[in-house]
Amino acid sequence: MRAFNYSKTRAAGDAVMTVSGQPEAKFIAGGTTLVDLMRINVETPAQVVDINALPLKTIQALPGGGVRIGALARMSEVAEHPLIVQGFPAVSQALLLSASPQLRNKASIGGNLMQRTRCPYFRDTALPCNKREPGSGCSAIGGENRMLAILGTSENCIATNAGDMAVSMSALDAVVRIRGPKGDRTVNLVDFYVVPGSTPNIETVLQHGELILAIDLPAAPHAARSHYLKVRDRASYEFAVTSAAVGLDVQGSTIRSARVALGGVGTKPWRSKEAEAALVGRPATEATFVAAAQIALSGAKPRSQNAFKIPLAQRTLVKALRTLAGGGS
Amino acid sequence: MAKNVLSRLPEIQLPDGQLPEWEQPVVTEKSEPEPVVRPGSPDLSRRTFVAVSTALGAAMLLPAAPAQVTTDAPPELVSVALKVNGKTHALKLDPRTSLLDTLREHLGLTGTKKTCNQGACGACTVYVDGVRINACLALTVMHDGQSVTTIEGLAQGDALHPMQASFIVHDGFQCGYCTSGQIMSGVSVIKEGHAGSDAEIREWMSGNLCRCGCYVGILAAVKEVRDAGV
Repeated sequence: MRAFNYSKTRAAGDAVMTVSGQPEAKFIAGGTTLVDLMRINVETPAQVVDINALPLKTIQALPGGGVRIGALARMSEVAEHPLIVQGFPAVSQALLLSASPQLRNKASIGGNLMQRTRCPYFRDTALPCNKREPGSGCSAIGGENRMLAILGTSENCIATNAGDMAVSMSALDAVVRIRGPKGDRTVNLVDFYVVPGSTPNIETVLQHGELILAIDLPAAPHAARSHYLKVRDRASYEFAVTSAAVGLDVQGSTIRSARVALGGVGTKPWRSKEAEAALVGRPATEATFVAAAQIALSGAKPRSQNAFKIPLAQRTLVKALRTLAGGGS
Repeated sequence: MAKNVLSRLPEIQLPDGQLPEWEQPVVTEKSEPEPVVRPGSPDLSRRTFVAVSTALGAAMLLPAAPAQVTTDAPPELVSVALKVNGKTHALKLDPRTSLLDTLREHLGLTGTKKTCNQGACGACTVYVDGVRINACLALTVMHDGQSVTTIEGLAQGDALHPMQASFIVHDGFQCGYCTSGQIMSGVSVIKEGHAGSDAEIREWMSGNLCRCGCYVGILAAVKEVRDAGV
């Protein structure tokens, strides 16, 4: 691990000024991603700014039924918080299906949004990777790509976004609250992540020195009736091969509003507004769900080992929708 | 059984007094070791020396740093107060030091095991302020002033913690390397209220891998302690 200077800060503004003034500085919260990547020399900050003393831990109700989650709330706290369990079950489920209890006790919500890909070539400094070392090439496209992305890819990068929570929050219109050297701003989570294009090293719109303060979840009928389904190679403690976060508001037998996002298949949490449009106004039936699933994967570009993800993701989405539709009303 | 198998192997003939290759002492070129000052460390054990040498060796293999980086000199040591199993320690540490290495290399508490060192196996599970975490992904400097409980802090003197005793009764281990982490998590799973059903216990124990596959015994041990209500 490269040597770094460590400092602890007690005010968000100080943290932002410290990091924005040092190109090689990084914030650290839980550290479950950063320390891991520093140990294998994929992340090499010269300065690490500990933000755990900042007052960003609360989970509070917002007027109108939404919830604001402080960036330093731990995954385990959010997963079992009554406001999340009741108002945003897909978020709670996604968190409980993430990582392990020990990691969830340590990892923060803001850090979870910033977790890096698990692409094996990104983690191996002996091999080319455009995300880690721009211009060096992509080892994954012609390599071991079974777990890698089929949506949002480019000829430079097919690394999968590893998140579960971010998929559920992308489906449910989460808003990221950010503080930077030039002030505060908010970004919709679906716009927070960017596809790799020709710059796979850039994963979010967050500028250097900008700090996530909180995530807002707006209340909605399709949020209160939402579900997260994760398919993986072993029963627990594993990243998604495919996953689906869905929300449905069904009145009578007609779908009034729908939310769909896919995980394990995209270079970013993959919200499909096309699939949502194929659901709204239609009967909540198997045929509707299958049609929406086909639309959700229509832009998929598989590589040598991961074409199976297209039907698997479609079935994951159909099953998640069926689970919700079969759940009453 | 093992003796019988071995007895069938051909005898290896070596000249008198010569050891087979695998038992010959490793001779390396003698060089001046880096002066290592580790206040708080009771002695500079071989284990510590190997760990430090390996870290230095790895650092030398790093690609050349970008131009704006002027130095990768060892960072300043930082002061950390850590309460471990009820006893407070004043430490001076390289900020890179993980909680796991602090426990094992600086405090001699080797009950917590170092296995994957990347948060993938759970063998290093300890409690920080009562909550279980992976010690390998924790930088000790970030836990200044906090309380740590390790497997050594679970027993009351020579009296085993009920979970330790149950692991023995139910054969909850084979090689033993994951065991301290399993026991720490087993205690937590009950305390957290996640030990309702077999499926729930398995799910909430899933952060602790056992390469020997002793999950049946581990599950039985957790259930026994849960049912005893201790």
